[in-house]
Amino acid sequence: MEFLSYLISGISLGSVYAIIALGYTMVYGIAKMLNFAHGDIIMVGGYISFCAMNYLGLPSIVGIILAMLVCTVLGVVIEGLAYKPLRAAPSLAVLITAIGVSYFLQNAALLVWSAAPKVYTPIISGSLSLFGGALKIPYVSILTVVVCLVIMVALTAFTNMSKMGKAMRACSEDKGAAQLMGINVNATISMTFAIGSALAAIAGVLLCSSYPTLMPTTGSMPGIKAFTAAVFGGIGSIPGAFLGGLLLGIIEAMAKAYISTNLANSIVFAVLIVVLLVKPAGLLGRYVPEKV
Amino acid sequence: MEPILKVDNINVYYGSIHAIKGVSFEVNQGEIVTLIGANGAGKSTTLNTVAGLLHSKTGSITFLGENLGHLPCHKTVSKGLALVPEGRRVFLQMSVQENLEMGAYTKPGSGVAADLEHVYELFPRLKERMRQTAGTLSGGEQQMLAMGRALMSHPKLLMLDEPSMGLAPILVEQIFDIIRSLHKAGTTILLVEQNAQAALSVADRGYVLETGKVVTTGTGAELLASPIIKKAYLGG
Repeated sequence: MEFLSYLISGISLGSVYAIIALGYTMVYGIAKMLNFAHGDIIMVGGYISFCAMNYLGLPSIVGIILAMLVCTVLGVVIEGLAYKPLRAAPSLAVLITAIGVSYFLQNAALLVWSAAPKVYTPIISGSLSLFGGALKIPYVSILTVVVCLVIMVALTAFTNMSKMGKAMRACSEDKGAAQLMGINVNATISMTFAIGSALAAIAGVLLCSSYPTLMPTTGSMPGIKAFTAAVFGGIGSIPGAFLGGLLLGIIEAMAKAYISTNLANSIVFAVLIVVLLVKPAGLLGRYVPEKV
Repeated sequence: MEPILKVDNINVYYGSIHAIKGVSFEVNQGEIVTLIGANGAGKSTTLNTVAGLLHSKTGSITFLGENLGHLPCHKTVSKGLALVPEGRRVFLQMSVQENLEMGAYTKPGSGVAADLEHVYELFPRLKERMRQTAGTLSGGEQQMLAMGRALMSHPKLLMLDEPSMGLAPILVEQIFDIIRSLHKAGTTILLVEQNAQAALSVADRGYVLETGKVVTTGTGAELLASPIIKKAYLGG
């Protein structure tokens, strides 16, 4: 019973990682850049929903929608101001810029919301009792898993079936050829950032509902973990992000439960290293040799 | 009659490298015009400039009476320009049908089914492989797919960049047969080739490029007979 409860908390945590990892992986797939500020968008999403619910007294659903709107705009603005001018620059310059944006967001949050942690009110509380109370599943865990599945299915359908989604895949393969089809590559990249950032807002709300301490650095560790999850599953692959996130969450929960809370993070990253040694492109990634 | 495409004195640079030096040429409605020349003569650069992937510092490119100026590439497609790029560049991880659908990106969805049918009629091989990913196709099939994809946008001018590159002689012949039949159906074509023999035999007119300049021009037959062509290929 204990095992089941750890497993469920792992799946729930993993679902949050998966939602964040989807943002990483989509942006990487199309813009070929690692957006290290992605984790901090989560934090902004958390604060926006917190303010909406606690200061403005809005219902939680409105708080979530508001957080998604703000994060979408923020993501698109960041892309337009910081990354778009670097489209032709070496990838290292873009990477450094992304790290800079990450610190900028954290420090801006520090100024606006101060360093003191805020106690987040979960969007739903209570839990489902099973086996006569032997197993308690928090409703927020169930919600997280369901939301993650819905997002996963919706995104897969979007990229495989819609015209815009197919254009995204075309851009991720060959931007020049995509332009020759009449696809506006810049608009497609903005769209990707918009989707990724909206997902980050949802992840922020779900994360803070499970772990209700909100600080300017709240997003950074889950951001790094989700990035790990994306690499683990095969960066650029949507099912890969899902699988990677889920596995990472489960490994982390199990490591915390049976090995050591302090070593959990080390174990997670050690597993990543082992997987990458065996499968350099990640679990579901494709190894694409550079053509000369 | 006004030419459908008029390129007037374009100069294109890659950083400090002056790749195209004052090139001018015209394409009339219904013609096949070919640009030939050795490696590095600037043929592909010229096509990419017309398509809007690159931009000229001087002169003008007039298409159907409209100066394209610095119009970005993705907007030239809806004006009626389509480029089949060098090396085909089909979307390898997408299916044959999805590749063709991408070709119709600028078109309203309603006509796509009929256009797909038309392309499949032209290239029955593609119909057999419509669900396969493009990466599993042979080089010749990928070339057909790239051409079919370009035709999906109903181009008023179809630009082909080295369609015979890397193909077996029998396939080269097939590709040129297709070019002939497109021509017969009224498509205006601007063709870039290293295979001058094949290109000039289908072309109404040709321009010979050498290190970024037009050195000579004439009808296909004239150029085929001209000793200058041989000279160009020897690097003259």
